[in-house]
Amino acid sequence: MKISLEARPAPSRSAVVAAPLIATLATLCVGFVVFSALGKNPLVAFDAFFIAPIATRYGVAELLLKASPLMLIATGLAIGYRANVWNIGAEGQLTLGALAGGGVALAVGDAELSPALLLPTMFVAGAAAGMLWAAIPAWLRTRFNANEILTSLMLVYVATLLLSWLVHGPWRDPEGFNFPQSKMFGANAMLPIVLPETRLNAGLLVALAIVALAWLFVRRHIVGFEMRVAGLSPDAANYAGISWRRNIWLGMLAGGACAGLAGVSEAAGPIGQLLPSMSPGYGFAAIIVAFVGRLHPAGIALASLLMSLLYLGGESAQVNLALPSAVTGLFEGTLLFFLLAADVLVNYRPRLAQRV
Amino acid sequence: MADTPERPRLSLRGITKRYPTVLANDGIDLDVMPGEIHAVLGENGAGKSTLMKIIYGIVEPDAGTIRWEGDVVHVGNPARARKLGIGMVFQHFSLFETLSVADNIRLALEPGQTKRLRRRIRDVSARYGLPLVPARRIHTMSVGERQRVEIVRCLLQDPRLLIMDEPTSVLTPQATLHLFDTLRALAQKGCSILYISHKLDEIRALCQRATVLRAGRVTGQCDPRRETTASLARMMIGGELPHPVHRAAQTGAPALRVDALDLRADDPFGTSLSGIAFDVREGEILGIAGVSGNGQKELLAALSGERPLARANAITLCGTPVASLDAFARRKLGLAFIPEDRLGRGAVPEMTLADNALLTARGDGNVVRGLIRGSAVATFTKRIIATFGVKASGPEAVARSLSGGNLQKFIVGREIGQRPKVLIAAQPTWGVDVGAAAQIRQALIDLRERGVAVLVVSEELDELIEICDRLAVMAQGRLSPPKPVRETSAEEIGLLMAAAASPHEAETPAAMET
Repeated sequence: MKISLEARPAPSRSAVVAAPLIATLATLCVGFVVFSALGKNPLVAFDAFFIAPIATRYGVAELLLKASPLMLIATGLAIGYRANVWNIGAEGQLTLGALAGGGVALAVGDAELSPALLLPTMFVAGAAAGMLWAAIPAWLRTRFNANEILTSLMLVYVATLLLSWLVHGPWRDPEGFNFPQSKMFGANAMLPIVLPETRLNAGLLVALAIVALAWLFVRRHIVGFEMRVAGLSPDAANYAGISWRRNIWLGMLAGGACAGLAGVSEAAGPIGQLLPSMSPGYGFAAIIVAFVGRLHPAGIALASLLMSLLYLGGESAQVNLALPSAVTGLFEGTLLFFLLAADVLVNYRPRLAQRV
Repeated sequence: MADTPERPRLSLRGITKRYPTVLANDGIDLDVMPGEIHAVLGENGAGKSTLMKIIYGIVEPDAGTIRWEGDVVHVGNPARARKLGIGMVFQHFSLFETLSVADNIRLALEPGQTKRLRRRIRDVSARYGLPLVPARRIHTMSVGERQRVEIVRCLLQDPRLLIMDEPTSVLTPQATLHLFDTLRALAQKGCSILYISHKLDEIRALCQRATVLRAGRVTGQCDPRRETTASLARMMIGGELPHPVHRAAQTGAPALRVDALDLRADDPFGTSLSGIAFDVREGEILGIAGVSGNGQKELLAALSGERPLARANAITLCGTPVASLDAFARRKLGLAFIPEDRLGRGAVPEMTLADNALLTARGDGNVVRGLIRGSAVATFTKRIIATFGVKASGPEAVARSLSGGNLQKFIVGREIGQRPKVLIAAQPTWGVDVGAAAQIRQALIDLRERGVAVLVVSEELDELIEICDRLAVMAQGRLSPPKPVRETSAEEIGLLMAAAASPHEAETPAAMET
């Protein structure tokens, strides 16, 4: 007896849903082994990792708080990924967004300005800066055919250094005891809290609105359809006269805009000022979120919750079990690994074949 | 087989293979005698390919027995098949273009079989009249020559059964006759040949026995030499073959005009175009014949807009210079295009038929202010499916689940359904069964009757002569002046086509001695 894979006549819809669940289960099994090997009771570890962080109202709020930027960025990236436009530099675009949105907040300073005017301005500035940062790889790709994976990734480091220079230099808080950080934003530049006594802010609503818009674009708009065609079959796209240049621009700019928005949400939300690092790697984790969510807006919303839980669980495991923070990275990697493996089931079915 | 004194070389009993949605083979019995040329005849999707893959060990049958020289065998994989003495020449060649003939053959042989290979290649090719130069690289060779490499590769393993899957679909009429001589010589020496085709004339000319498949079952056995084309077709499609009706052309103004078109090939193995000029009038079908690889691909990419040109005047569509526009802009001006590759170009394999309709059909209320109208698209798709008799479960069927012929009907329907002013069709019936092919030809003729300018680029000379008003031949990137079909003949066109291949084909026998 051997197991063989047989091509399905059509992609299985149930496997599309089942694959992430199988991957999650397999990841938990690996976690069981890893925790045991580290000499921890796996059940206690699971409780610390997956249950305890969200057992309270505050915990749930933290879950949603961390999920918001992931959801936002992954949604933007997925628009490009569907068209085979590989923007890997969302972390840098987020940084630029935070920088621009924060720059607006700092420029306004203590001046009287309604938040209803200031916050949208900050978001627009942040989205524009993210798009600007994403436009560089888009231009290099369409003009010189430079690989956008490399250029967008390299720009992450440029963005980080740019922000670092600003908070170490011109924008440093004069009363900040020489710490590399800007002044705190004014109250009118802070996102309102949506769940009292927690840190959960209106950034979540922005993220959900973007997810809904993206869903409309991908499912109903002809350009979203054309980008899907380009990703599945470049020759068919060329045959139908779908411009690959436009797809690159749209794909990169969508990712850049969303990452920029996420940067503003972080700066004007839980952080409240500009720091040398504005994100614990949301821009990179969002790549995994986009794929775990199958590049589908609804799937991305769910996947961002899962990824957020891994972040919280990792912190909780560090505090309660004295496990290294690398455990979070390990779970991320394992999850992506199993997801890609489980993906085979969408197009193939396993079959027991007997030798005659 | 009590009534035959000889033992069959290959004997299949009750071969059954079920795929998730179709029963590809349903209890098939087949006997092939030593030295017999046996045709397996059937429409696309009748189960011919599956059966051949089972014999060659690529696919495992769910039930049934295979006897080879009287013994029950389990083939299992192609290497076992070759060891038994079964060789197969596929419809689509599996050759490395940048390697030489000898290297390509060496790759397919077992390590022990490669001694004095070049000499053996020359011996085998001389014995069967298949001239080949072992040191030549594949990319310099015509399609006919490439097929010789595939055949010689099989013959070097001394097969006792050779499976040929639609071998003539890429050959000129002259090359086809030459292939038949080779196959007859092989059969004479005792090799059995399974010849897969839906070209009824060829089967009548070549084969001693035919097994007809329809929907996975054997529907008849006959001696094709004693049948007519019509009677074979009846067995194959289970009904009468529709015949295209063709009336005299009522031509109008030129709708598509190509003027001094030059184009440098963008891949090293492509063909550059030079000085292409022709026009297609409203209400006529212009055919472009020629062996593929003579610039058809490049010409079609330039015409469709997949490769826009710098000089807009090189191509004029209904009076508008369009050569610099992309495919979408040309479509808006009334151009429709049926490409030769269905999956991956004419249709997205993973998408549904409704989505694939939307690939090019943006009118008919399918898209309003940028938003897709799902119900309009579904209606449009259903209309194509109904009008062209596409066998599919509905608009939500995934394109790759359709057989080649059905998908081609769908694409033809989609392009015609947009009421174009000019239609360009590349190999519109390539690999399509006779019933569907006749239907597609009729659709092209109907379009012409409605005053549409139609350009057909095809390797199938009979098809072009049947439907076209004028014919031109593409050879080495140049186009012969179009001639009315009445004033030419298959022989003349065939010679023009072969002339294109002649620099290669002519030098080969002489080079054999070196």
